[in-house]
Amino acid sequence: MSITDQEKAVFKAIGVNDKDAIESVYKDNFSLIQHFVLYNNGSEDDARDIFQEAMIVLYEKSKSPDFVLTCQIKTYLYSVCRRLWLKKLQQNRRIESQVENFDQIVPVEDDLEEHEKLNKQYLIMRTAMGKIGEPCKSLIEAFYVHHKNMHEIAEFFGYTNADNAKNQKYKCLVRLKKLFFAQYKNA
Amino acid sequence: MDQLQLSEMVEKYLRGELSGAEKVAFEEMRMNDPELDQMVVEYHAFLDQIENYGAIRRFKSTLYDTHQTLQEDGLIKELRIRGSARIVNLWSRYRRVVMVAASIAGITALFISGMITVFSPKTPLRDIEELRRKVSSLEKQSSTQRVELNKFKNKIEPGASVKFGGTGFIIDPKGYMVTSAHVLKDAKKVYVQNQDGEDFLAEIIHLDASSDIALLKINDLDFKATKQLPYGFTKTSTDLSSPVFTLGYPKDEIVYNEGYLSAKSGLDGDTLSYQLAISANPGNSGGPVLNKNGEVIGILNARQASASGVVFATKSKNIYRLLESLKDSESPEHVRIHNASSIKKVDRMQQVKKVQDYVYMVKVVLN
Repeated sequence: MSITDQEKAVFKAIGVNDKDAIESVYKDNFSLIQHFVLYNNGSEDDARDIFQEAMIVLYEKSKSPDFVLTCQIKTYLYSVCRRLWLKKLQQNRRIESQVENFDQIVPVEDDLEEHEKLNKQYLIMRTAMGKIGEPCKSLIEAFYVHHKNMHEIAEFFGYTNADNAKNQKYKCLVRLKKLFFAQYKNA
Repeated sequence: MDQLQLSEMVEKYLRGELSGAEKVAFEEMRMNDPELDQMVVEYHAFLDQIENYGAIRRFKSTLYDTHQTLQEDGLIKELRIRGSARIVNLWSRYRRVVMVAASIAGITALFISGMITVFSPKTPLRDIEELRRKVSSLEKQSSTQRVELNKFKNKIEPGASVKFGGTGFIIDPKGYMVTSAHVLKDAKKVYVQNQDGEDFLAEIIHLDASSDIALLKINDLDFKATKQLPYGFTKTSTDLSSPVFTLGYPKDEIVYNEGYLSAKSGLDGDTLSYQLAISANPGNSGGPVLNKNGEVIGILNARQASASGVVFATKSKNIYRLLESLKDSESPEHVRIHNASSIKKVDRMQQVKKVQDYVYMVKVVLN
């Protein structure tokens, strides 16, 4: 099936965290995935986790310059979810037979391998963030996750001026870097 | 050039924020200094990783919001499987657990009945009852002593400068509570004090600047898990003009206030907050805002300096959001909050009586 321009535009918009695009994809696809997971031995929470992980895969693919979408978003999401869910079932050894099919699928194994790699890096950073302690964690997150500027950060964390905050951020960053690379080089 | 300036420069260079001349100079320096070159390469990889981490975090938070919005608008539903499908589902999932449990139960039953026949005393039942009464009277005595001890033992070291920061309230009987993040500004140590004047040491688990919520855990041997919370929490947004009430510690004693919801957004259209018409004072920050059903709709956090009676509260769905984000972190805190209020149909006086045991004064030690 050919992909419409509108579909391509939505796919691109997901990569820039566009709320409207995300909402429309979410609304159109969540129920299908939910049915799929629930009828294959999963819970509501499983359905939500699997669907959101597939959305993250979609986001990563949208940002990746090498990836070209060759099927509808719906088919892609379903294929990813199906694969993710099969894997989870196998891990928990809950599976005796094939999962029931709900829709057509495309091969996504390679895409998911890439996702695994990125996810591993994300987890290493998350672990490192967890280890630097407060107020470092909040400070670093305010700057790199929430994109607050140094003046706002100084005010919130009670530093007398932006330079002090900058100094503190630098110290925190050095620690984070050390923790991160210790894990990263082992992985 | 010291390390700080150097790393700042490298970061600027990588973000493309250096001017033309600066850039040329820097690149020349990099060419002649392999150590600097190595640093730039490493820094580049590291910054990419942080940026990616940040981007995924932001995307996850959009996903979370989207799920909430769609669910509130009824556009997606959390399905429950009904009837036989559900039972098959549960059975296949818990089969192993059920079998193990059943065999343990069987063995234990046999063992206990064996033990009872061997060891059962020949004494009449009456004696046993008396003994038990004695133990409970002893217990009572020791608990009164304990209260007295607590009264005299002031845990906060003399000389520490205490700021009577604000108010907090329990969200999980295990000792998790929330307050406003700004209350804990510069905190070195945090104590919370209950209505009876007992202090407990608390630990800051998480601070969220954007929604101004902090999660605390009471980490004190003297603290015992509370009973099931009387109040519930609502995720849905509250209607204009709904009556609300709050409890807090603007002074050494708990104070009650009531008012109504005057706008669905806070200062300058901040959608994370509500605007309330209620009287509040410094110290009320971090207190729960409850609706007439005894459900927490928000956490009081600020008032407008230029107008009297205009107060803001961060919405309770931000608490859920914060807990959701913690699920995602390395050592997830198992905080469980239940939505149902058990004080829906009782009058306000009874509600307040029930709620006040769960509202604490938050004291912040600065040095």
